[in-house]
Amino acid sequence: MASKPDKPIQHPEYEKAPMDRRTLFRRIATATGLGAGTGYVSLAPANWPLSLRDNSGHRSQHVPESKAIPDFRVAKPDNIHWDVGIGRGGSVPQILRKSLDAIGGLQHYIKPGDIVLIKPNVAFDRSPALGATTNPEILECLINMILVDCRAQEVRVTDNPIESPADCFAKSGVRRATEKAGGRVYLPDTNAFRLLHTPGAKLIEHWWFFHRPFSNVDKVIGIAPVKDHNLCEASMGIKNWYGLLGGTRNQFHQDIHEIVSDLSIMIRPTMTIVDGTHILMKNGPTGGDPSNVLQGDTILSGLDPVAQDAWAFEHLLGRGKNYPAYLAKAEAKGSGKLDYEGRIREIT
Amino acid sequence: MSSRTFRRKFRLTNVRILSQVFFFGAFIFFCWATWTSRLKGYPVSRILEMDPLVMITTMLSTGYVYRYLGWGLLVIALTLLFGRVFCNWICPYGTLHQFVGWLFNVNTTKENFDRNRYKPIYFLKYGILTVFLVMAAMGSLQIGLLDPICLMYRSVATVFSPAIDMGVDATGNAIAATGAEAFWLDQLKFAPGVPRRVFVGSFWIGMFILALVGANVFIPRFFCRVLCPLGALLGAISRFSLFRINRDVHKCTDCDLCLTRCEGAADPQSLVRMSECFSCMNCIDDCPEDALSFGIKGLDTKQVVANPEFGRRKLVFSGVIGALGYPFFRNDGTNTNETFSSDLIRPPGSVEEDEFLERCIKCDQCINVCPTNVLQPATFAEGGFESLWTPVMNFNISHCQLKCTLCSEVCPTGAIRKITVEEKLGKGEFEEAGPIVLGTAFFDRGRCLPHAMEIPCVVCEEVCPVSPKAIQTKDEEVKDVTGNIVLLNKPFMVPDLCIGCGICEAECPVKDDRAVYVTAVGESRSQERQLLLKNRFDTES
Repeated sequence: MASKPDKPIQHPEYEKAPMDRRTLFRRIATATGLGAGTGYVSLAPANWPLSLRDNSGHRSQHVPESKAIPDFRVAKPDNIHWDVGIGRGGSVPQILRKSLDAIGGLQHYIKPGDIVLIKPNVAFDRSPALGATTNPEILECLINMILVDCRAQEVRVTDNPIESPADCFAKSGVRRATEKAGGRVYLPDTNAFRLLHTPGAKLIEHWWFFHRPFSNVDKVIGIAPVKDHNLCEASMGIKNWYGLLGGTRNQFHQDIHEIVSDLSIMIRPTMTIVDGTHILMKNGPTGGDPSNVLQGDTILSGLDPVAQDAWAFEHLLGRGKNYPAYLAKAEAKGSGKLDYEGRIREIT
Repeated sequence: MSSRTFRRKFRLTNVRILSQVFFFGAFIFFCWATWTSRLKGYPVSRILEMDPLVMITTMLSTGYVYRYLGWGLLVIALTLLFGRVFCNWICPYGTLHQFVGWLFNVNTTKENFDRNRYKPIYFLKYGILTVFLVMAAMGSLQIGLLDPICLMYRSVATVFSPAIDMGVDATGNAIAATGAEAFWLDQLKFAPGVPRRVFVGSFWIGMFILALVGANVFIPRFFCRVLCPLGALLGAISRFSLFRINRDVHKCTDCDLCLTRCEGAADPQSLVRMSECFSCMNCIDDCPEDALSFGIKGLDTKQVVANPEFGRRKLVFSGVIGALGYPFFRNDGTNTNETFSSDLIRPPGSVEEDEFLERCIKCDQCINVCPTNVLQPATFAEGGFESLWTPVMNFNISHCQLKCTLCSEVCPTGAIRKITVEEKLGKGEFEEAGPIVLGTAFFDRGRCLPHAMEIPCVVCEEVCPVSPKAIQTKDEEVKDVTGNIVLLNKPFMVPDLCIGCGICEAECPVKDDRAVYVTAVGESRSQERQLLLKNRFDTES
C-alpha cells in the first residue's frame, strides 16, 4: 500500500470559481431552449408546423414536381380553311413564304413582343446536305421573318441531340444560321430538364423534359426534316419532338409508335414546319451518304401535325397510304385528323 | 529621376508578378478554349509544347521532335540567359504554389529563414529526373506523372472544370427556383452548355494535386524544390546561365533577411546555389543593404555553388532505378499484344501501343477537348501502372463522334497523330487504307432485348453512323407471351463495316452490362491486334 502523500494533490494556488446565479440561470435557460427546440422539430408529429419528423422514411425522399407547359396553338384566321400549307418551287425563302401564306401568313401567328422557341432537328453531327438535320437555310429565313416581319422579342433555338450538342449545332450549320439571323442557341445541360406532366400520355405521363428554354416562351415552332427511319418507318414533324425528351429515352424504342403518338399531345406547337428540301430516303435516321438524299424543294407549314405528316409520308417519301401506326394512334389521342382531303392548300 | 530613386520605385519583383499573372491567365484561357466551340485556332497546347522536358524526353524515346515541340528551345534559351526564370516567371503550377504558400504563410520572419534554407532532401528531383530520362531513352515515357505542366493541365481538365460546370449548374437552378427574370439573372445564361462531364478516377487526380499544393504549408514550394523533374532539368542547365544573383560580401551584414521570401531555397545569404535559384528577385527586394544584385557574373566558387548537389553515386543509383523501371513496367503483362485489356481502346489517330507509350505525357488535353466525354483517364485496369491517366475510351459514358478529330489536333506529342476527317473515315486519298478502326462491337444476345426477350428495340442499329450500317437487322415476326404478333428487328454485326465508334454501346438501353459493346480487338493502329482477315470480301471496298 502506498503511503498517503504529504502534500495535498490540489495546487495550493487553486481557487474555486463559483458560478454566479445569473450565469447559472442563463445557461439553464439556453440549454432548455435548445433542447426543447430540437426536441420539438425531431419528435413532434409530422403534420405539426415546423416538424421534421419522418416516420416512414418517405418524407425525406425527393419527389420531383411535375411541371406543365401551356398550349401554344393559335386559331387560324377566319378566311383560311386549310390546316396545312404547302410551298413548292423557287428559292428556299420563297418556298417557305408560300407555305406560310397558304395558312394565313406568319404574322397572324407570331405577335410583336413574343418570345418564340424553335425546335429544329439537330440530332446528329452531320453536314446539312446529308439530310439528317434541319436545313439551316429555312431556319435562318424563318428567324428573320419572326424578328423582322413579326417583331418578336426573342427567338430561341434548341434541341437535345444524340451526339455532342456543341458539335451537332456547329456542323449542321444551325448555330451559324441562328446567330446570323439574330436568334439565340440554347444547348442542353444537366440542369435543363424538369419532369413534365402530360395528361393522357401512355408512356410519358410524367417524364423528363428539356424545360429550361421554355421559360416565358409564348410561341413554339418545330422544323423537322423528312427522314427514313427503320423502326418507326418515317421521322417527320411529330417525331421531331423526341428531341425534347430527357431521361433514359432510348427505352422508348420498345414501343416506338406509342411514344411518337404521345409526343403529339406532349406539346401543342403554334405550328410545325416540315422541311422537304433534303429528303433522307434510306439509311435513316443517320444517313451519312449524299446518295441517300433526294432534293424535294417542298416545305409544309401545318397546324394539324397528323395530316401534315400523312401527306409528307405519302408524297415526299412516296410510300403510299400505308401510314406508320403512330399516325393513327396520334389521331386517336386527338392531336389531328389523318384524312387531309380538302384541308391542304398548295401554292407553287 | 536619379538611378537610385528609380531603382527604389521600379522593382523587378513587380514585373515578375505581372509575368506570372499573364502566363497563369494564358493557361486558364487555353484550358477554357480547349473545347469544340471555342477552339478557333488558339495554340491551346502551347505551354506544354514550350516545356523542354517534353521535348527532350520525347526526343529520347522516339528520336524525333513532333510538330511544335521545338518551342521548348525557347525556355532552354531563357534558362541559359537568366537561370530558372521559367519556374517563377512562367510556370502556372509554380505560380499556384507560390500563391498558396504566400496565402497560408503564418510564420514569423525568423521561422521563414529556416523554412527557406537549402535542405539535403532537395536533391530528390534530380533523381526523379534521371529515372524519367533513362526510362524515356528505353521507351517508356513517364514524365507526365510529375511534369508540372502536364499535371496542371490534367488536373484542370478532369477535376476543376467539371467542378466549375457543376457550380454554374447549381447557380442556374437556384435562379430558376427564385423565378427571377432580370436581364443579368436570365437563367438561360447560367448554363455550361454541356451535359455533366465525369472522369473516371478523377478523385485521385484531385487528391494528388491537393496533397502537393497542401504541402506548401510544411515546406514552401515543396513540389518545386523537391519533386519537379522540369525544375531539375532547368536547374542542371542553369549552371551555364549568363545572369545570376550575386552577393556583394563587402556590403552584406549577414542579417539573413534575404531568406525571408527566397522561393527556391537557393541560399542567397551564403554561396548562391545556381541550380536552385528561381530568379524570383525577392532577395534583392528584401536586402536592406543593397548587397544583392542580378547581373552577368562569372562562376567564382567562393561566391556560388554552380552544380546541383547530386553526386555520381546518386546519379548511378537513380540511373539503375530507371533501367529497372522499364522492365518492371513492360513485364507486368497487362499490356502486351498477347494479353491486353479489352477496354484499352485508344482515341482515333493513336499510334501503335508501344509507340503510344513512348509519346503520351498524360497531359489529358485530348480528354479536355473531347466533346462527348468518351475519353477518360485510364486507371490501373486498362494498361497497368504504365498507362495510368493516358486516354482511353469508355463507351458506357459516350461514343466517339464520327466527324471529330479534335483530340488529334491538340495532342502536343503525336501520341495521337494529327489526322483529318477524311483519314478518319477512309475517304478520298485514304480510300485504300480504309477508315480508322478503334475496336470491334459484339452482341451479348443473352441480354439483347429482341434476341433474349422478344421486345423491339434496335437503338443500336438506328444510331450506327456508317453507311451502309455495320449493325443490320433480321426482321422476324414472332408471337410474344401475350399472344400478340410482334415484328422484331433482330440486330447483328457486320464486323467488316464496324469502326468501333461505340455509339451502339453508349445508346444501348441495357445500361449496366451493355448488350452490345466494343472491345479493343481489331483496332486498325495495330497489326498484332487484328481480328479479321483483311479483304475478306472481294466485293467490299
